[in-house]
Amino acid sequence: MSTEAAFDPGTAATRATDAILRDTLHGTARGVVVDSPPGAGKSTLVVRAALELADAGRSLMVVAQTNAQVDDLVERLARKNPELPVGRLHSSDADPYDKALDRLANVRKSAKAAELAGLPVVISTAAKWAHVKVDEPWRHAIVDEAYQMRSDGLLAVAGLFERALFVGDPGQLDPFSIVGGEQWAGLSYDPSASAVSTLLAHNPQLPQHRLPVSWRLPASAAPLVSDAFYPYTPFRSGTDHGDRLLSFAVPSDGSGVDRVIDEAAESGWGLLELPARHTPRTDPEAVRAVATVVRRLLDRGGAALADGSPDPTPLTAGRVAVGTAHRDQAAAVRAALTELGVADVTVDTANRLQGMEFDVTVILHPLSGRPDATAFHLETGRLCVLASRHRHACVVVCRAGVGDLLDEYPSTEPVQLGTLVKFPDGWEANHAVLAHLAEHRVPWRP
Amino acid sequence: MSLIATLARLEAVATGRAQPTATVRHRRLSQRPLVFVPLTTAGEAGAPLGALVGTDRDAPRLLVVPQPRDRDLRFAFLAELADVVLPYIDSYADAVEAAERNETDPETGKRVKVEVELCADAPQLIVPSRAGVDYVRLLGRSMRFRRTAEQDPQTPYPAPPRVPLLGRWLTHFGERSRVPGSALLQAVTELLGRHWATGQSSLEDQHLGALLAWIDPPAGETGAQAALRAELARDADGQLLCPPAGPATDPAFDNKLLAPAIERYDRARTALAAAQDGLQADDLLGALTAAEGEIRALVSSRMLPTWDAVWRGLDLLRSLPEGAHVEERWTRDRWSFTGHRDRVVAGEPPQPRRDDAVTAANKLATREREQARLEAQEALDDPLVMAARRLAGEAFAGEVVDVVMAYGEGKRPSPRPLVTVRTEDLPHLAERAKVYRSLGGKPQAAEFVRWAAEGDAGRADGGHGAGGAGLLVLRIVDKMGRGKEPEAGSVPEKGDRLCFTLFEHEQRGGAKLPDPEETPWTHGGPPGEQTPEAPDSVTQEDLL
Repeated sequence: MSTEAAFDPGTAATRATDAILRDTLHGTARGVVVDSPPGAGKSTLVVRAALELADAGRSLMVVAQTNAQVDDLVERLARKNPELPVGRLHSSDADPYDKALDRLANVRKSAKAAELAGLPVVISTAAKWAHVKVDEPWRHAIVDEAYQMRSDGLLAVAGLFERALFVGDPGQLDPFSIVGGEQWAGLSYDPSASAVSTLLAHNPQLPQHRLPVSWRLPASAAPLVSDAFYPYTPFRSGTDHGDRLLSFAVPSDGSGVDRVIDEAAESGWGLLELPARHTPRTDPEAVRAVATVVRRLLDRGGAALADGSPDPTPLTAGRVAVGTAHRDQAAAVRAALTELGVADVTVDTANRLQGMEFDVTVILHPLSGRPDATAFHLETGRLCVLASRHRHACVVVCRAGVGDLLDEYPSTEPVQLGTLVKFPDGWEANHAVLAHLAEHRVPWRP
Repeated sequence: MSLIATLARLEAVATGRAQPTATVRHRRLSQRPLVFVPLTTAGEAGAPLGALVGTDRDAPRLLVVPQPRDRDLRFAFLAELADVVLPYIDSYADAVEAAERNETDPETGKRVKVEVELCADAPQLIVPSRAGVDYVRLLGRSMRFRRTAEQDPQTPYPAPPRVPLLGRWLTHFGERSRVPGSALLQAVTELLGRHWATGQSSLEDQHLGALLAWIDPPAGETGAQAALRAELARDADGQLLCPPAGPATDPAFDNKLLAPAIERYDRARTALAAAQDGLQADDLLGALTAAEGEIRALVSSRMLPTWDAVWRGLDLLRSLPEGAHVEERWTRDRWSFTGHRDRVVAGEPPQPRRDDAVTAANKLATREREQARLEAQEALDDPLVMAARRLAGEAFAGEVVDVVMAYGEGKRPSPRPLVTVRTEDLPHLAERAKVYRSLGGKPQAAEFVRWAAEGDAGRADGGHGAGGAGLLVLRIVDKMGRGKEPEAGSVPEKGDRLCFTLFEHEQRGGAKLPDPEETPWTHGGPPGEQTPEAPDSVTQEDLL
């Protein structure tokens, strides 16, 4: 117990960050890899590394995966150092970047890399960088969300830089391709694998670091997420039990929905369990249950107290999100919320919620109501993303019987020679999460 | 599986007949396909047992290996197969038309148009099932690194002439079949499964006999009954009435009929080798020929039903008219065929065992692009496929109820008309989402503006309500010409029935990857000097 007590999250995180920056700025390796669990300050690290590299006078390109991520990074950089000239390389489509960037004086935007030449930092998406041609490579690059980047994406941009810092979360969704790539499975440069796995297969000597503390996940969630999805690279939450409180002005009306909200507010987790049933993907009852939980969350005047702040923050629609596995499910939930008169709540699939965070999340379990458990629905990363977006509490809506379903469908994906077997597999991770949720179960019959 | 596909399968169960999932044929069928029905030997990968092959449904060429473990007999089989397949392929190599291709000029580095040959048509290989496609690939892999005595006088076990060449062609067909929408090598089960939904699982659909039983059941029988019979019914000797389409054979056939026949053949061969004099040898040769004839008859009896089933399947597919974009995709197949023809003629080495990093990435990018293209084109060609996309919220059809002329902001105002469409579909439209309609075969883009508020018969809730039609407003943004006034016919008119998709109709080309010799350090660096790959080494298993 004494070591536990001595663990100071702030010190541990600082030590890790210092080591990363030392290797990045003064190391000899061409690449540095940083694994970051959910909410461990990855963006903060990227911004800090970018500023220090720029300070050191090294020309820097930053590769992110989506336009939203790029715009977010540009804003963060500008906030930290408004004097630093930053280039935002964008596509030639309509509305290629967030209009908010127009207010930043030192951000230059262009669809042509040549017009941004000479700026200390240039940021764009991997897809846009792939079209850039240069005579002189950038001295340094930062590749953000590198585990979500595909190997062939890295192949297209790796000629643009001499050295790079790769940052990402290995537990989130793997990149995917819409056609089969089994033909190349097991090759070190399998184009459909993640950029990091190819990088490390060819450069095993690169220094690898890990951020040890999740600042987003509350003390109630970090152990579960760490055990279920990162069993060999555990992390801690930066806050302790009792540091974050979620309370409601309106008391429970005794319904299942209100009880599960109270359970989640109290313990960080709530499982609203609907009767077992095989349903279509857009299970109308489950969708309505999700929408009702959101409605009640907002109606009951929630207030979130966090991280030493004396004043609670009201739980508004913008601080709540709904996560689903499929886009049609998200569309159905949006429609149901509109019917209940709820607006401005983020509703999206796991793929699109990656990297975002909210006070409370309501998720529709990927296996709820399914007659089978396919590799898609079992993918570890999908559940990991859904279960790690919240700062306070997470309510899971699910049909009963998922445990039995898992037992009837053990993983049957063919094992390919030469590929790394991912562990834990989705089966194992799903069981771990279910076992934990069972302690916070509220049965409900709509 | 899409909702509409599930519905079609349920209907198939209810009616006892497969239901169409397409109104046109989405794959090219050659006028003169080469049908190839192979059988393999149990217990050894890539040991052919026999094949029926040919372009004439009434006159298949029967090839049989009486002792599949005998390498000489196997080579003889492959040489014979090459004698059928290669002349067929060659018959397409010479008829060419002139075409243009963009190439990078090595001196200036600029993209220039080059006049090249394009084969006017391409050969097409049809196999019964997906396992047959894999088998073609396996045969190609096992042959293309062999060396003939002519290529390499030192090679220890020279292959007959043309066998390595057949291997290269089969490899090309196998590799091309991985490109979505390609038609150089196709499996009949896949083709039928694309156009009909049966009342059985997709795994069961891989049984050609059962699949045909659902699509075209015999009179007085339901598809389910006929499929069950096709899968399980056996005669008095315990043999399947409908032999599997291969290449694997039924174990009951292997054990009860084939193994004893091969044993008799082996005995006859051993006896012949031990013959004392010419007279005895004559008798024993007769016995050997009879034993071989027995095996040929047996193997042929397992393949003929499949041969007939393949042609029946092709007949069913030919009854559908060809989709509008099929020709365009076939042209890509012709390019692929022409390209490989040129590589063979130029004396290039066989395809490498493994792709290098850049080739693999390029192939994956091509296949992803072709997959997206195929999905879009199938929907545009076929209202039934579009219905599935509409049901999934990826497209919507409706009537134009209002058109208001508007202009874009900017120095030269360009037309940006607002079109109100009434639809009963429920598309998943995000704010400012792009939608596309086909205008004279070209996509015209529009931007989603809003769900219209209650105007005449619309809904006040802004879209996704239960039942009824919704009104949505779109802003047309292109394909209206350069002038201030849009060109005639380029803007929808009141009363038009239109179908918009949320997916793009045409695919953009991807980024250019580095050349293989410039493979970056993240991917292991350049692969080094290209040397022709050595032939496969001879292992103990090769000399059983």
